[in-house]
Amino acid sequence: MKFKLTFWKLVFFFLMAAGLYATFLRFTRGLGASTNLTDQFPWGIWISFDVLCGVMLAAGGFTLTATVHILNVKRMHSIIRPTILTAFLGYVLVCVALMYDLGKPYNIWHPLIMRNPRSVMFEVAYCVMLYTTVLALEFSPIVLERFNLQKPLKVVRAILIPLVICGVILSTLHQSSLGTLYLIVPEKLHPFWYSPLLPVFFFISAIAVGLAMTIFESSMSARHFGLHLELPVLQELGRVLVVVLSVYAVLRFEDLLHRGALKLALKPGYEMYLFWLEIALSVLLPLALLLQKRIRNNPHGLYWAAVLVVLGFITNRMNVSITGFEGSTGVRYFPKWSELAVTGMIIGAGFVLFGLAVKYLPIFPREESLAEQEANAAVVPAAVAPVLEHAGD
Amino acid sequence: MSKALLYDSTICIGCKQCEQACADQNKLPYNDTIAAEVQQSEHKLTVVLTRGDKFMRRLCMNCESPSCASVCPVGALQKTALGPVTYDVSKCMGCRYCMVACPFSVPKYEWAKLVPKVQKCTMCSDRVAQGKPTACAEICPTGATKFGERNDLIAEARQRIRDNPGQYVDHVYGLSEVGGTSVLLLSSVPFTDFGYGTPDFALPMLTSRVLERIPDFVPLGGILLGGLWWITHRRQEVALAEGRLPAAANEKKNGRKP
Repeated sequence: MKFKLTFWKLVFFFLMAAGLYATFLRFTRGLGASTNLTDQFPWGIWISFDVLCGVMLAAGGFTLTATVHILNVKRMHSIIRPTILTAFLGYVLVCVALMYDLGKPYNIWHPLIMRNPRSVMFEVAYCVMLYTTVLALEFSPIVLERFNLQKPLKVVRAILIPLVICGVILSTLHQSSLGTLYLIVPEKLHPFWYSPLLPVFFFISAIAVGLAMTIFESSMSARHFGLHLELPVLQELGRVLVVVLSVYAVLRFEDLLHRGALKLALKPGYEMYLFWLEIALSVLLPLALLLQKRIRNNPHGLYWAAVLVVLGFITNRMNVSITGFEGSTGVRYFPKWSELAVTGMIIGAGFVLFGLAVKYLPIFPREESLAEQEANAAVVPAAVAPVLEHAGD
Repeated sequence: MSKALLYDSTICIGCKQCEQACADQNKLPYNDTIAAEVQQSEHKLTVVLTRGDKFMRRLCMNCESPSCASVCPVGALQKTALGPVTYDVSKCMGCRYCMVACPFSVPKYEWAKLVPKVQKCTMCSDRVAQGKPTACAEICPTGATKFGERNDLIAEARQRIRDNPGQYVDHVYGLSEVGGTSVLLLSSVPFTDFGYGTPDFALPMLTSRVLERIPDFVPLGGILLGGLWWITHRRQEVALAEGRLPAAANEKKNGRKP
């Protein structure tokens, strides 16, 4: 096969090269030399984006498995495999990112035997570990089918429902617990973002992002792999998204009102601008779009609304974990190039792994002619990159 | 009985001998440059702050309900019965949640090292376990930092305020702050001038009251989801039996995902 250099391949190789050099720095010089982390800012972008956003962006896995297998909405079945793939890749990459961030990554297994059940971090560690296992099992039929291993396939299918139930419970726990992490710092986190309802917000927004990511990734896949777009399914997800976003918006503003933080929203300042950016992207603009039937039923309208939701809640997670601390610590944090390079490499790896999985495994329902498949397979690496923006993380 | 430190800033002369003794005790460097540093760091576990002619120490408060110990996923940080909050480097995996959670931002990290650890004052836990006072209390020439039983020190602090009401802010800092601390402070100027201002309750309860619901949530969630699954699938079976669903299509789907 002839190797063709395309724009996206170039981007990918650049990300890999920068990421590998940053990896070398991180593991030979330590955190101080490879990050802008300080005693005032012990958590940076590797926690904010790679872990908090990564877990959130992979939330489509539990949302959709619950819809299809528990609520028995069969018409969603066609999009469940790419969603599980996204979630599985997402969690694997979160674990990879953690290895960079932990001061002593080789001790990552310690929570297994050194338990502190009073720690939110301990609970998150356990849930993420167990849920990654659940996702691996939920993903395994795709691989087993590919290699026609009937016996293990039968076993996995027999335990599918309990697995899905475990997955939903574990996800509910750790998606919300990522918010609970910040409950212990009422004095340090800005009132825009500190709320006793943080766990609830993190959970509801994870569902919203899960739905948005499913819409986003189905649209991208349809475009880049030349697949049939499951428009009616996506429209339905869009309608559910309206409800979830509305519930979130009402809770968010009621909470701000009750805590007396709403008046701060009119006082110009650094935090206020980022707060409104987050609110506009995560709630106001997507709702304004999705509440119009014409836009909601249009593939482009749906796509852009989903992109806004994803960007909006990424902003939210960054605000909670970075912006919200800048006031109390009196320090501005901006990631070092090597922190960005590692994050970029991980995102890039997510794109490519998604593309490779689509190429070699039965991810999408086979409905095209073989010739078309081949043609698509040939352009996979090029098409891969945009498919899963942020999701791979 | 738990031990504590009482620091009376009105007796302190700012000689910084406690800083020197602390560095020696923890095998950390100390020289004029470090003496001039006003921030706690991974090589300076206690600092004597100066504001005009007033002094104030900063060190780990060794809280009664420490946030750091509550958040540590591996239990590397522990509140001991004697008072000190200790740190076990062999357990630590470096997640740095303690640094985020500490209301006094006390734990510091060895960022420059390849195998870093958290550094904080542990109230000389080794010495205290041997029945000795902390290094800083032992060296203090004026008795501004005093080591003893927490209850005795509280009584003494109150007595000092009673004896010289004009000299003190009428408050023993650490009595109730963040649920009480093993370092008690007396001051003639508001504590907030030196950055001491924290809520009057133990912070770990903010997370524990959420975590505590998990054992109930798991079986409840399981039954709820299992019940939903049972209802939706029963509906499908009924629809199939009544011929409201095309049998072939359903069979195909059932065959794929039972």
